[in-house]
Amino acid sequence: MKRRAAVLGTGQTHHTTRRTDVSIAGLCREAIDRAMADAGVGWPDIDAVVLGKAPDLFEGVMMPELMLADAIGATGKPLLRVHTAGSVGGSTGLVAATHVQAGVHRRVLAVAFEKQSESNAMWALSIAPPFTMPVHAGAGGYFAPHVRSYIRRSGAPEHVGAMVAVKDRLNGALNPFAHLRQPDITLESVQASQMLWDPIRYDETCPSSDGACAVVIGDEDAAAAAPGPGGLDPRDGDAHRADDVRRPRPREPGRRPHRRGGAVARGRHHRPAGRGRRRGDLRPVLLVRADVAGEPGVRRGRAGLEAHRGRRHRAARAAAGEPVRRGALLKPRSARPACCASPRRRCR
Amino acid sequence: VPETDGTTNGVEMLVPTFARLLERAGITKATSGFWCSGSSDYLAGRAFSFVSAVDAIGAYPPINESHVEADAAWALYEAWLKLRTGEVDTALVYGFGKSSAGLLRRVLALQTDPYVVAPLWPDAVGLAALQARAGLDAGLWTERDLAEVAARSRADAATTRRRSAGAGRRRDLLAAPYVADPLRAHDCAPITDGAAAVLLAADDRAGELRRSPGLDHRHRAPRGDRRRWAPATSPARRRPPPRAAARAARRRRGGRAARAVHASGAAAAAGARPGDDVRMNPSGGVLTGNPMFAAGCAGSAAAPADASTPGGRVLAHATSGPALQHNLVCVMEARA
Repeated sequence: MKRRAAVLGTGQTHHTTRRTDVSIAGLCREAIDRAMADAGVGWPDIDAVVLGKAPDLFEGVMMPELMLADAIGATGKPLLRVHTAGSVGGSTGLVAATHVQAGVHRRVLAVAFEKQSESNAMWALSIAPPFTMPVHAGAGGYFAPHVRSYIRRSGAPEHVGAMVAVKDRLNGALNPFAHLRQPDITLESVQASQMLWDPIRYDETCPSSDGACAVVIGDEDAAAAAPGPGGLDPRDGDAHRADDVRRPRPREPGRRPHRRGGAVARGRHHRPAGRGRRRGDLRPVLLVRADVAGEPGVRRGRAGLEAHRGRRHRAARAAAGEPVRRGALLKPRSARPACCASPRRRCR
Repeated sequence: VPETDGTTNGVEMLVPTFARLLERAGITKATSGFWCSGSSDYLAGRAFSFVSAVDAIGAYPPINESHVEADAAWALYEAWLKLRTGEVDTALVYGFGKSSAGLLRRVLALQTDPYVVAPLWPDAVGLAALQARAGLDAGLWTERDLAEVAARSRADAATTRRRSAGAGRRRDLLAAPYVADPLRAHDCAPITDGAAAVLLAADDRAGELRRSPGLDHRHRAPRGDRRRWAPATSPARRRPPPRAAARAARRRRGGRAARAVHASGAAAAAGARPGDDVRMNPSGGVLTGNPMFAAGCAGSAAAPADASTPGGRVLAHATSGPALQHNLVCVMEARA
């Protein structure tokens, strides 16, 4: 009953504090154009469009899918707007995959964006409506009590939050599209950064970014027809538009620049930027995988690790002489090589 | 209802709605495999209002949930897709809106382009009037047609539980002053607070649920769901989508007319001329009660009752954005 879905192509903009050179529509379109070029599809191939964005208050536009309809190519096509709070980027891909898995559409374009420079993200989240406990000062104000409560109940060690921040920032340092690239970040530097919402520190919080990401998701036939790997690589000249070169990050008033810690990063979580990077490494090819929680052997919530394994998995298939193609369809864990099947071992 | 005392997150409206629905269906909350809701942060006046609404469901144990920032009719569509994947066999869709919390005509101005249109704060009723005027000039409808729709809606609403905007004969209605030329008060949907919920079930599961004695609605996945986008830039040239959809419905029925049409918007209702044997908005439609972000879903929820005899077909319509920009049409058929 359920059809299989594959990622045909992806595209994203550089994520940065302010993109004052483009409108919201222009920002989305940069990501869309790259995803469609990556997937080798044109507008007539797209059956439906899914737009993800939350919350509307970040840009001050109520239901922006309405005014973006032309720019994102949704005129005359089914358009669905996804809004699931902080999970909206992932949910957009999942809903687009559902369009294909339901057998309703063959190729679906999913795009998600934030242009937080249009307003102030923290205070957009800090509105105190009547009859609601006014504990908010940004998302941190909302979550910090939950985090404190969890630490108290579970006895979780206090440094694990900082470990997540270090791991994510080091991964981000490998991604040329990332807003913050801090290859020198260490556990100590995170723990030394300013406390904002106890126990959440400055280096454990997200930056406010402008950026968009798009994915083209298709069914099996569409995947078979998709061109092979070798789409857009950020280091290829054609990936850049004149208006999207990475420019120096403007100083934000009242915000200290991020520490570039003096201590040399150590520990097994550290990987120097550039090492082991391959063309195509950055493609989140297995976005759909998080949606197959119902299938044997695949667990939810490990999308990042799964993406890492997925690359290895395909490499292993290639080594075994099996055909490997772009947008390779997802296989249950049992079918993967042993090094990838173990949830405990990282394959390196 | 015109106004509730509840918060803008809809919990007070949703809890009794769920209670009624689940009791009628004879199931518990845990039975639902997927939850999908429709609402608006700008209507609620805060970010992530749907998160608070989850209080009405209870998020423990964890649920499979999604949300659209649109009328819950689009949530219905997402749930229908989810059912079709076979991942779940039941889905509960809900929408809520407290339009009375702010100045709706002004809030809706924020749906327009933020760079060139929204700074002018275009009035939502004024935008609808521009479209109505374009239709009048193009000969698609007359002010008389619009008044007839309003008179019929009010008469129908008097027989249901919906809010009645007061009765009115066409002649009396036409004597009223303009609110926004050429629209009069009866052409504009009233400010309404409300919530709606629909339970969808896949084929085999629907059969089981139907056998339970408490169920009097045969909810099912809409069949042949069609959505149409009409370019907002040329309102005068396009055919109102519900009319096109009604035609499509008739075509699919092999010439027999659909049983009932639930359309949102006065102009939409006036533009839909499905034929004499088709009842338009038998419950009164949005002209007698327009809970933002739940109205389209409510239409879809009311529709199955109108198609309860096998072979009966019903068409539900929901719209989003200024001037009927984004439309969803859902055709449902009753099966034995």
